Amino acid sequence: MTVTEERPVPGPSGDVADHLRTVTVKVRRFDPEVDAEPNWQSFEVPVEKGDRLLDALHQIKWYQDGSLTFRRSCAHGVCGSDAMRINGVNRLACKVLVKDLGDEILVEPIKGLPVLKDLIVDMEPFFEAYRSVKPFLIADGREPTRERLQSAEDRARFDDTTKCILCAACTTSCPVFWNDESYFGPAAIVNAHRFIFDSRDDGADERLEILNDKEGVWRCRTTFNCTDACPRGIEVTKAIQEVKRALIFRRG
Amino acid sequence: MTAPVVTVTGGPDERPVIAPPRTRRQRPARGRSRSNFEMYAWIFMRMSGLLLLVLVLGHLLIMNILDGGVQRVNFAFVAGRWASPFWRTWDLATLWLAELHGTNGLRVIINDYAERDGTRFWLKMLLYTSTFFVLLLGTLVIFTFDPNLS
Repeated sequence: MTVTEERPVPGPSGDVADHLRTVTVKVRRFDPEVDAEPNWQSFEVPVEKGDRLLDALHQIKWYQDGSLTFRRSCAHGVCGSDAMRINGVNRLACKVLVKDLGDEILVEPIKGLPVLKDLIVDMEPFFEAYRSVKPFLIADGREPTRERLQSAEDRARFDDTTKCILCAACTTSCPVFWNDESYFGPAAIVNAHRFIFDSRDDGADERLEILNDKEGVWRCRTTFNCTDACPRGIEVTKAIQEVKRALIFRRG
Repeated sequence: MTAPVVTVTGGPDERPVIAPPRTRRQRPARGRSRSNFEMYAWIFMRMSGLLLLVLVLGHLLIMNILDGGVQRVNFAFVAGRWASPFWRTWDLATLWLAELHGTNGLRVIINDYAERDGTRFWLKMLLYTSTFFVLLLGTLVIFTFDPNLS
């Protein structure tokens, strides 16, 4: 295998190029074919000033240990593949800079979903909750022959919750979800909110009834972990409160 | 929870093999109930909390601070207060709201923290039994209080 010289790794003497800084990245690893329990593994990673954590993980995977497994796709905070628990809080690895994380960085898979390998979790329970709130337009009456128009104000009503990228950072930061996988979780409620408050949609009652379940919005303890975790800055807790209010003041 | 470990035995490359994923969950039990119970419980917590602020702070003020504070509280003092239906209603409301508020709070905590259905069920039974007896005893005392008891 040829070694590229683009990103120098520490030599035998331990010194690296001047513009690089060495940080310790501790990754919580789990290989289902070998390990009975997850374990921490430390990597010494040379990083540049502007590097994101994802760059450090690439540095590990491409130059130190190719078996390190994690998801990433667009690498620019849009696809939502690389949500992970970084120094104890849920963030996208492609949106946090290493310089903001100190000299020792803890990286774990997001909590509350089954770990498949290293930083990859089984997202199915998360998407199952998402699907169960019917995240699609439900419109009564005759199909219009042109666009379904709405005013700028009507559009602004649910603008915040249209930003969700389904990275699961909010749901897996929720203490209620950690202990009870039946709870819908913040992400499902956010995506229900996106349609409940859409003037073009007629399925609000149906969705509200789904979220009125004992595993629905009333399990929210308003800890604000979700709002803190959201990489898109969605006010998740506020959206959940708005769904609660809609449930209390709905007619019938 | 530990994943089941199956060891490949009898070969030169003997090592544990684990069937992923680690903790597969059963399909969540959602969408069964069609009641507003959780909503009313949620509203009750807020409303009773507000009322209890007035009732409990008032109670503490009267019992512990006003004229001489807790030193003057004896049987005669209680008898004097409970001669008025207003104070009996006040104390009865405090008892019921505080007990139900606390019970619902503990019910929610049990729901959040108990992991197995069996644990959840028995903790709740214990909770509801104690709630029943506290309410029964307290209400009985407030309604059957006899000021002439020697």
